[in-house]
Amino acid sequence: MTPVLSVRNLKVEFPTRRGVLTAIDDVSFDIAPGEVLGVVGESGAGKSITGTAVIGLIEPPGRIAGGEVLLRGQRIDNLPPEQMRKIRGKRIGMVFQDPLTSLNPLYRIGYQLVETIRTHSSLSESAARKKALSLLEEVGIPAPDTRIDAYPHQFSGGMRQRVVLALALAAEPELVIADEPTTALDVSVQAQIIALLKRLCAQHGAAVMLITHDMGVIAETADRVAVMYAGRIAEIGPVREVIKAPLHPYTKGLMGSIPSLAHDSDRLVQIPGSMPRLTAIPSGCPFHPRCPRAFVPCPTFRPELQPEQSSQVACWLYHPFPVTAAAL
Amino acid sequence: MSVMTSAAPPLASEAARPLVEVKNLGRVFDVSKPWLNRLTEGLPRRLLTAAAEVTFSINKRETFALVGESGSGKSTVAKMVVGLIAPTTGEVIIDGVSMSDRRHDADRRRLRRRIQMVFQDPYASLNPRWRALDIVAEPLRAFGIAQSEAETAKQVGELLRLVGLDPADGTKYPHEFSGGQRQRIAIARALACNPEFIVCDEPTSALDVSVQAQILNLMRDLQDRFGLTYLFISHNLAVVRHMANRIGVMYLGRLVEVAPAREMFAKPKHPYTRMLLDAVPDLDLTGRKRKPVEGEVPNPVDPPPGCPFHPRCPFANERCRVEMPQPILTGGATVRCHAVEEGRI
Repeated sequence: MTPVLSVRNLKVEFPTRRGVLTAIDDVSFDIAPGEVLGVVGESGAGKSITGTAVIGLIEPPGRIAGGEVLLRGQRIDNLPPEQMRKIRGKRIGMVFQDPLTSLNPLYRIGYQLVETIRTHSSLSESAARKKALSLLEEVGIPAPDTRIDAYPHQFSGGMRQRVVLALALAAEPELVIADEPTTALDVSVQAQIIALLKRLCAQHGAAVMLITHDMGVIAETADRVAVMYAGRIAEIGPVREVIKAPLHPYTKGLMGSIPSLAHDSDRLVQIPGSMPRLTAIPSGCPFHPRCPRAFVPCPTFRPELQPEQSSQVACWLYHPFPVTAAAL
Repeated sequence: MSVMTSAAPPLASEAARPLVEVKNLGRVFDVSKPWLNRLTEGLPRRLLTAAAEVTFSINKRETFALVGESGSGKSTVAKMVVGLIAPTTGEVIIDGVSMSDRRHDADRRRLRRRIQMVFQDPYASLNPRWRALDIVAEPLRAFGIAQSEAETAKQVGELLRLVGLDPADGTKYPHEFSGGQRQRIAIARALACNPEFIVCDEPTSALDVSVQAQILNLMRDLQDRFGLTYLFISHNLAVVRHMANRIGVMYLGRLVEVAPAREMFAKPKHPYTRMLLDAVPDLDLTGRKRKPVEGEVPNPVDPPPGCPFHPRCPFANERCRVEMPQPILTGGATVRCHAVEEGRI
């Protein structure tokens, strides 16, 4: 079966006065129909840029400098803006972190829903309104017929994020990109939104790219997870493997640094240092200056993603490194 | 006293008396429209009860955590404890001295240097126009701790090293540091005047997990070394479990449960605590089915009558709808809940 989304060797660059910064370097992954791919990483890892690159919303002067993005086998990264606009919202739905900024505060939410529905379908005004009502009901807004004419500020944060979910699903997209959909919400509401996102996407058969820094959310929601570091994928694999038996030293450190609810620990594992800035990404493996297991090839040679057990990992610990290279 | 000397071990009598006592603390904010609008539009005054009847105590060398969702009043309590806002009711007693009693002005001034605060956002809590070393030196100068500039510089260097920064970086400005390093500067500043009690308001929620781990480890090391007492505010239950000895759960301005950390995580009593614990995503992949949580936190301007949690509570009955539950002691925990009191749950 063709994957819903294929990203091949994606490279995103930002030219600046001080030279070209590479925000995303050689990132490849697939999302199968109905699958939830979690993309996790710390700030500056490039997870949001990956999302924006897929939907073609990289702000100039940033640009996709290499690789391709395929939606159901069709290239979309080189489409003219007019055609990309038709795909966005129709075939790819989007949910962003802050529901207050993704809704227009000056329009009633009913108007925003109807507008979205009518842009992507040939429904009449009244039919679109009916559909908007059923969408609001589906995302769990109580008494939708009285709430549909409310303004975004009259909703609470959780309710707004429900409306944003309704907007994202209005045109029955094949792929939903959710960028930190629960980060701005309280834990109790966060759990509601995760459950809703999961249920809706399963019902509508949409594939999901879930971008978050919260491993807990990934563990609950995703089927597979890609761990990003300094603009590259360090490890990608089934969520259970990556969380229970991480391979890459960065993933191991990351998992160890999360305080646990279930058991006591005296000290958290700490990764020394911090994520490198884009202006100074180390050579070779970008994680080597912080890595407790770095050895000969790491500072010089960049590891590629290679299959290891049921995952793929970019780390020299798991691959024989070229002997010719070692001789240098 | 140099910053590098650790605190003396507490005497037996000292350990018995709590360092911080918060008694019946409450704060009401006036969120009314301006007077003329109220007059012309016939609007009543609107009062927001940010905190009410908050009572707890913190022993020396203990970490007491306040958890709750946004709007639960935890930061308001933190600010009242350090004296950044004045309480409407109740009082804060630190080391036996009431912070709201005018008669103890001199005592209070002496106490103030023993209390420090670390804020949530290290991007906003450091003056962007000051070099790191001036930021850390400010309390030393303000309280006249260091006698000379040379001594100030020496102590600043020690403080920066203590929090894991290079003293040579002291000449940099805050924007040249990462978020984690900035929070280290904020901690160094808090430690500068040798405090005993530090109020930390969400100290790691603006940080990435790996950096959060560094800061939490640092805070625990410093606590062991200097015998610090923390009031730790957070919405992250896993972080709280890692840091705290005792935990208070707040909901709509009230403490609904106070219990030793272990006990609370093993056997949460209040339905809200149970719900909070249940809502945390499960990293252990046990496949545990989570109970869907209903509803959201109500608007604190217009709280529900009776127990503020009753509209979301699966155990609510008629009494919960009309009568505010009073704190009761059960096991090691203090709980405000009719259902617990009546033995219904």
